[in-house]
Amino acid sequence: MTLEERSLAAPELAGRRLPRALGLLEASGAVRAAVAVLVVLALVAPLLPGWLLFLLTVAFAKGLVVLGVVLLLRGDLVSFGHGLFYAAGAYTVAFALRWGVPVRDAAPLVLLGTLVATVVAALVGLFIARYRGIFFGMLSTAFTMILYSLLLKLYWLTGGTDGLAARPAGILGLQPAADTLRLTQYYFVLVLTAAVTYGAYRLAASPLGYLMRAIYDNEIRVEYMGASVRQAIYRTYVISGALGGLGGALAAVAVGHVAPDLAYWTSSGEFVFVALFGGAGSVFAPLLGAVVFEFVRNYAFKLSPYTWQLLLGSVLVLVILFAPGGLWSLLERLAQRARGGKRS
Amino acid sequence: MGVVLETVNVTRYFGAVKAADDLSVQLAEGQTVGIVGPNGSGKTTFVNLVTGYVKPARGAVRFRGRDITPLTPRQITRLGIARSFQIPQLYLRLSVLENMLLALAIREQQHWDLWRPLKLPARVEEARCLLAQFGFDTGVDQPCAALPEGGRKLLDVALSFALRPSVLLLDEPTSGVSVEDKFAVMDRLMSVVRQSAITAVFIEHDMEVVARYAERVLVFAEGRILADGGPAAVFANPAVRTHVLGEGV
Repeated sequence: MTLEERSLAAPELAGRRLPRALGLLEASGAVRAAVAVLVVLALVAPLLPGWLLFLLTVAFAKGLVVLGVVLLLRGDLVSFGHGLFYAAGAYTVAFALRWGVPVRDAAPLVLLGTLVATVVAALVGLFIARYRGIFFGMLSTAFTMILYSLLLKLYWLTGGTDGLAARPAGILGLQPAADTLRLTQYYFVLVLTAAVTYGAYRLAASPLGYLMRAIYDNEIRVEYMGASVRQAIYRTYVISGALGGLGGALAAVAVGHVAPDLAYWTSSGEFVFVALFGGAGSVFAPLLGAVVFEFVRNYAFKLSPYTWQLLLGSVLVLVILFAPGGLWSLLERLAQRARGGKRS
Repeated sequence: MGVVLETVNVTRYFGAVKAADDLSVQLAEGQTVGIVGPNGSGKTTFVNLVTGYVKPARGAVRFRGRDITPLTPRQITRLGIARSFQIPQLYLRLSVLENMLLALAIREQQHWDLWRPLKLPARVEEARCLLAQFGFDTGVDQPCAALPEGGRKLLDVALSFALRPSVLLLDEPTSGVSVEDKFAVMDRLMSVVRQSAITAVFIEHDMEVVARYAERVLVFAEGRILADGGPAAVFANPAVRTHVLGEGV
């Protein structure tokens, strides 16, 4: 009996398939589909109503934050504190505009917001990268709640519960009129989202990306191979924080206003919620999850303004029950079925 | 042959259990050493002490003359001491090939790369060659979780071997392997190890395996060396026959 034959006869595989979710990150079919979706999103944009452009813009921005959460999930780390970076990025844009930074264009402001969030992640990561499990989750919540308290109490600086306006004068040198502002913002966010998602795709297929998956499986082995688990987590945490800051800065530009709620723990919980909702099967899953989530929330709120959370919760329960790998796993199943049909 | 690894008066107790009791051992370059002894005699503790997983209460561990006692397992691995485990430590969700690719990326210090893919063609080729040496000619794209115990043991050793260590410590490489596969696994392991002329230390309960593959045998009892020498001499030792082989008990 060859090794392969014995492998196939391994008892633990009988009757169940191994989780393949994370391995699909390299599937070229998903990339082709993503490019096709990107082209469609770019082409149909001028035909879409303003409210839908706004909804998609915010969903993409939040999708980037969720992508950051998913990068950590690959190492079995659940961050309930990405509101920290989201708010850091968003408030940086608002502060810069309020406190007289000479540049008033959205692009450099978004870059600044991302940099500030990255620095915050680099500092917090020094402390948090040594923790795992519930301690990692709770500490990340603690940090975001500290920021929330500061944003709430330092009224003279942050505007307290009123928040601050965050309306850049232009985007990449363009000064869009009111009727084209949403479309310009949409394209700006779409291009950045596509570029960053490609970066995340490369990261997922890189040694560091695999190292996080290895950490999920076996930290001891990683150390006994000569790699530092803490360093891997720290670096991924900083990248994840940068994504959070980018998402926050983009959301601030799109919404035009920031408030302390961005750093509240429910905001961070929402990112985890969307991460589970979309799935961790691909770097595209968080974007899918964020878009569907925004639609569901929008319509849930419209249908039932006082119990919309109940509807959202029910949808998540259904997803967890019937598609534990998130919405992305449903797409995978459909793709597999289509391939199977084609072969037969 | 120079001394590559030594423990000097190393002591470590776990409660009343003497896992290492003033233990002094020297291992020469290129030697194949078998470690035997009853359960609780300190065999695995010896490996854990040498690789930094457990720290001695007293004494020192030296690698090529350098005191490595305070170093972490990661630092010790980087110096050139690799180990396999009694229960194979693999990345079960990754494929056999991906496990090996990651080991190679870490050896090359390219594990922080976040742009170029893990599956670089040259790295994939080297990984396939290494895996073939350990008998993984086909099926390398299947998840590790699909491997039988013998395959997991081999892969566990292969991952450590890929790091190009000077000393390779194998903790019970045939435990959990079926009787019919045991010698096939050891033949494969030892042929690769001997070709590379590294110092190999393996813990084993099967005296037949030890007699066949070890040049030198260390017999542990209560954290001390009960006997040390060639297999024939050691297995003829009356104390070994009584305490380890259980004869005349």
